[in-house]
Amino acid sequence: MNDIAILDYKMGNLFSVQCALNFVGIKSIITDDIEIIKNSKSIVIPGVGAYPEAMKRIKEKKFDKIIYEFNEKKKLIIGICLGMQLLFSESYEIKKTKGLGLLKGDVKKFNEKKQNGSYTSFNVGWNEILLNSKKNIKNNYLNNLDKKKMYFIHSYHINTLEKSINTSSSFFYKKKFVSSVEKENICGFQFHPEKSGPDGLKIYKNLKKNLINYESTI
Amino acid sequence: MNIRIIPKLDIKNHNLVKGINLEGLRVLGNPRKFAETYYKEGADEIIYHDVVASLYQRNNLTSLIKNTSENIFLPMLVGGGIKDVNEVEAILKSGADRIFLNTAAIDNPKIIDDIVKKFGSSTLVVSLEVIKSDNKFICRKDFGREETTKELVSWIKEVEMRGAGEIIITSIDTDGTGLGFDLVLAEKLSKNLKVPYIVNGGISSIKQIDDLLNCSNPSGIAIGSALHYSYIDQSFKKKDSLDGNIDFLKKNKNYRNFGKLKISNIKNHLKKN
Repeated sequence: MNDIAILDYKMGNLFSVQCALNFVGIKSIITDDIEIIKNSKSIVIPGVGAYPEAMKRIKEKKFDKIIYEFNEKKKLIIGICLGMQLLFSESYEIKKTKGLGLLKGDVKKFNEKKQNGSYTSFNVGWNEILLNSKKNIKNNYLNNLDKKKMYFIHSYHINTLEKSINTSSSFFYKKKFVSSVEKENICGFQFHPEKSGPDGLKIYKNLKKNLINYESTI
Repeated sequence: MNIRIIPKLDIKNHNLVKGINLEGLRVLGNPRKFAETYYKEGADEIIYHDVVASLYQRNNLTSLIKNTSENIFLPMLVGGGIKDVNEVEAILKSGADRIFLNTAAIDNPKIIDDIVKKFGSSTLVVSLEVIKSDNKFICRKDFGREETTKELVSWIKEVEMRGAGEIIITSIDTDGTGLGFDLVLAEKLSKNLKVPYIVNGGISSIKQIDDLLNCSNPSGIAIGSALHYSYIDQSFKKKDSLDGNIDFLKKNKNYRNFGKLKISNIKNHLKKN
């Protein structure tokens, strides 16, 4: 049995995610085979690219059903970058598109003022994550990572009224945005832990601990 | 924003090479080992550039990218000779996060649209190799070998309009010299660019970085020679087997006028300001 199935819908840098999982000793497989996915302990929804196309492919491959099934069984679901955004209700990227709706909130484009007066929406580079201390967060994926820098590459960000799921925030120019979320068995990262050096790898190490804990509870 | 410090590794036939003004490529060692050193030293991103790919019409880096991904957890920007969407896919699949294009974009600007449509703006960086001529900056292709009629500012506008997520600008005049990036060019970029940009060519000291940031606001600074020569003792071992012209490596090392430039020193300096 694989610890983690990395959902292969031909978008994003799946190989790097697998390398990071390998590095910390989590057995994973990049796959679109529903049976293999079902038999995994956890799933990673990766993703780079446009929201509507990603949702279309997720539905074509019937990944949505299996994600809901995982959620009902309270198995770990991990969303990275676009993969995290897909967990929310809807996005305004290109056109209004319904997401998986496991978390409440929508996805909007940045439009922030630069030093030279022009506006920008593209956040590429390293930003600090500022942890929100919340009592109801049971997993400590971001343990000891307060104010550490992670690698971001995105133009859209999460808007959510569900403040309790927001585990860390970051800044793009003056805009404070949601950089990670967690709710029960679901977690999401707007940045790429697998591209964020030794600090990013710590998140995968924490994930490994939680996978082991999960085994004992289910 | 935090300015990224990006080691740029030029690759020819599996070797790390470096020239001056994009010419006279000298073999410096195994690129993967240098990348590993830069990762440990705190680099923000790695650039791999197959510098002969454009000439031979093929990019040769997928196995290097794969090997690198296994234990170097940094964003990787890869380019050189890419001319269609399938090649982009192969490179991304190997573990690269983004790709850059120069020659193919100049020959057929529509390829920018195609790549943006398929992979999104954030995956595409357009590379410009510019040379100063009568106070104008003119773009070149094929790693600086071929002249074109593209003028810097008008080409930037077109590339932005077509959806490039970021632009990397190499000053051929300062590349490999260690004399600092061309500040006239830097100022021009700051005035004319809307998308984030990386500057490349000539940086070899912290003072030069300060001078650059006084007149420009790049999102990243790519550095080649100054880092390679600073870290060569750590990254190259005499027993490494290499093909190509390695006479330089066999000789007693005399690395021209480059001082020691450490990634950690640059980053600490930038943090203070």
